Amino acid sequence: MSIDIKTMNVEPKRQTFAHVARRLGSDATASRYEEGVYDLQATTHFHYRPIWGPEYWTFDEGRTAIKMKDWYVFKDPRQFYYGTYTVTRANMHQTTDRNFAFEEKRNMLANIDEAWREMIVNYLIPLRHYEWGANMNACAVSDAGYGAALTSAMIFTTGDRLGIAQILSRIGIALSEGDGELLDQAKQAWMEADAWQGVRKAIEDSLVVEDWFEILLAQFLVMDGMVYPLVYNHFDTEGQKQGAAALSILCEFMVDWSAEHNRWVDAVVKNAVKESDENRALLSDWYGKWRNIMSEALQPQAAMVLGDGGEAALNEVCEQLDARASKLGLTL
Amino acid sequence: MTPPRKKKMNLKQRYALMTRGLDWETSYQKMDDVFPYDTFEGIKITDWSKWEDPFRLTMDAYWKYQGEKERKLYAVLDSFAQNNGQLGISDARYVNAIKLFLTGVTPLEYQAHRHFSHLGRHIRGVGPRVAAQMQSLDELRHAQTQIHTISHYNKYFDGFAEFPHMHDRVWYLSVPKSFFDDACSAGPFEFFTAISFAFEYVLTNLLFVPFMSGAAYNGDLATVTFGFSAQSDEARHMTLGIEVIKFMLEQHPDNLPIVQKWVDKWFWRGHKVLGLVAMMMDYMLPKRIMSWKEAWEIYFTEAGGALFEDLSRYGLRVPKYADIATDEAEHISHQNWAIFYQYTQAAGFHTWIPGDDELDWLSEKYPNTFDKYYRPRFEMWREMEAKGERFYNNALPQLCQTCQIPMGYTEPGDPTKIGFRSSVYKDERYHFCSDGCKDIFDDEPEKFSQAWLPVHQIFQGNCGGADLSDVLKWYHMDQGIDNMDYNGSPDQKQWDAWQAARKKVAG
Ligand SMILES: [Fe+2]
Ligand SMILES: [Fe+2]
Repeated sequence: MSIDIKTMNVEPKRQTFAHVARRLGSDATASRYEEGVYDLQATTHFHYRPIWGPEYWTFDEGRTAIKMKDWYVFKDPRQFYYGTYTVTRANMHQTTDRNFAFEEKRNMLANIDEAWREMIVNYLIPLRHYEWGANMNACAVSDAGYGAALTSAMIFTTGDRLGIAQILSRIGIALSEGDGELLDQAKQAWMEADAWQGVRKAIEDSLVVEDWFEILLAQFLVMDGMVYPLVYNHFDTEGQKQGAAALSILCEFMVDWSAEHNRWVDAVVKNAVKESDENRALLSDWYGKWRNIMSEALQPQAAMVLGDGGEAALNEVCEQLDARASKLGLTL
Repeated sequence: MTPPRKKKMNLKQRYALMTRGLDWETSYQKMDDVFPYDTFEGIKITDWSKWEDPFRLTMDAYWKYQGEKERKLYAVLDSFAQNNGQLGISDARYVNAIKLFLTGVTPLEYQAHRHFSHLGRHIRGVGPRVAAQMQSLDELRHAQTQIHTISHYNKYFDGFAEFPHMHDRVWYLSVPKSFFDDACSAGPFEFFTAISFAFEYVLTNLLFVPFMSGAAYNGDLATVTFGFSAQSDEARHMTLGIEVIKFMLEQHPDNLPIVQKWVDKWFWRGHKVLGLVAMMMDYMLPKRIMSWKEAWEIYFTEAGGALFEDLSRYGLRVPKYADIATDEAEHISHQNWAIFYQYTQAAGFHTWIPGDDELDWLSEKYPNTFDKYYRPRFEMWREMEAKGERFYNNALPQLCQTCQIPMGYTEPGDPTKIGFRSSVYKDERYHFCSDGCKDIFDDEPEKFSQAWLPVHQIFQGNCGGADLSDVLKWYHMDQGIDNMDYNGSPDQKQWDAWQAARKKVAG
């Protein structure tokens, strides 16, 4: 029996969930992002203090010194819920796969001048460990952060950074012409080469930071805000001069990802700063601290890759980051 | 000419290089400071590199598979909404099962996302850490896809709209909430044992099969699609659960007694929480799949039996009180439905007395117990309802300190006697429904004495006031709409109107 439902009275009683309606200001049609994120995290009446850290409840605003009246002002400008996130990344990675296939067919990386290939192994491939550190930091915020808007975005970033580390691994394997030799060499550089120790120390220090909002700011605004433009812009431009154009297309994912992710980072920092002068002061302090650590840590990198031009490039990166930070409301 | 490529790696080597080589031994900070939580439980791991990755799933493959599944799922959800799929379900009573699911289970999926992030950051071994990160993503997926699936029902039925608010407050929802809080407030290895092994490996089919087959039998295409879409995630989670258990047991003989204690505890905790599913299966599905007792026999007695036989080579034995739980499979659904029937005035879903054919089905499925102990009571309540005296119990029940279910369970071997146990801790007496719940308390009294017990809280005036109407307001439940018997509810009236209109159209 087929039913013409148009003749039936099938009127919805409500458009969305009550907590979503309260946030929208009325019972209006809500997006999947809004229904999938708003108020999803439990906020009260937890039963037991964690035995691994009884000073806080499982979800506890006290895990950061940043104070917010409402943790759901940290809406994701990308509107990522799980479905849109995975579909977006799957599409992006399809391009990456195509680029790798293109490279492999022509064995283009093998044709890069020997000396510059060595340079790539020293400046780019060790970044897979930097990405792994960023993966841990994103996961730390997803664990300790407050509110589903932030924690969902941060588990997406966790996956992103593992994915990027794996793209860098693939580049290393391709440069090795099919094995892991150069990955070992790059790991040794990360562990021992003087040029890397500042960055590795900064990452390790960030892994023991207790305030998750400081982790968020240090990793995703400051460290990424310097490493990404320096490596994927300045170093890459130098590489093109050295005949390494093939490498640029393999790094496209990182360039696109960073532009997209920065929209999220900026929205979060801006909203936290806007909330109160106390937040602004604290975030500005953290910014200053990590900016100084990182600008120093990256000097040997810049010098190694760009020689005399390194200082100017790093200065430019720092200036651009400072400009971005003050636009977000931070006091420098 | 370019030189030919060197030898190709096999998948395992390639995965190892792409993932396992990423971590390093920190030297500017101590490893124990970077990973502060993975030793205090006493689990000894001598060699993390012995962990065999069961999935070898790189992130790009994860995005691809999962993105594909999401595309398909949302296409079905869209068409379900467009075609008013809610009209195709067996009966509007069915919707109450999904109300229980959204308010009781979905927030736990989110909590699982958070705690797998905790493990994904804090477990020292990189293999299980990556697996935990992916599971954190998956659990977020489950929370969000469930909300998006049920979003359509929320537009047409009551009881859904305040699900996060209710989850944090309502008396029976503290049963699943405290279950998960218990796991998250434990150390990482206990969490793995509790959720990945005891719940997702040993007991998962007792949740999954009833809900998904129940949805399929009752015409709920949206939930079925969600369920099948989640199944391949679950397969990964189950594998993680069994791998972690084996890994702990293989790493050091001292781990066995710790793991055994956790398995005993979490089997019992899981069994009590699943009592809600038992009730759903035997009472809330207008079209039934199988009885809870049958499900328990297939999925626990048989499948679990084979599993523990396999694990006996590590010295692990069948969980303590498994025999009692099996005995309770004859009773638990009836006792729980009776509890909810009496207290529906304070619940966010409707209850009802089963129809004659349904009572007959229960008699047939439970020949040892239903006619003797339960049917007469339901028939008596039915008569009361017919006389306009639908029975509501206005005395607040005592709750078990551990599982937080009202103390309505009977003694093993004597279904006429309610079981009571108690313990004294720091001069206070605490009450339990069973030996299993008492043992769990006695082992960690400091933890379980903290429990936020809804009935205590009502008595202490922490839930909006002393009257039922105050408490309902505090729960964000609308009197006469979200609560009370199905008969006379707005859900029922609307469903009957739809059915009548259908008949007219069909002429
Ligand atoms: Fe799940
Ligand atoms: Fe209990």
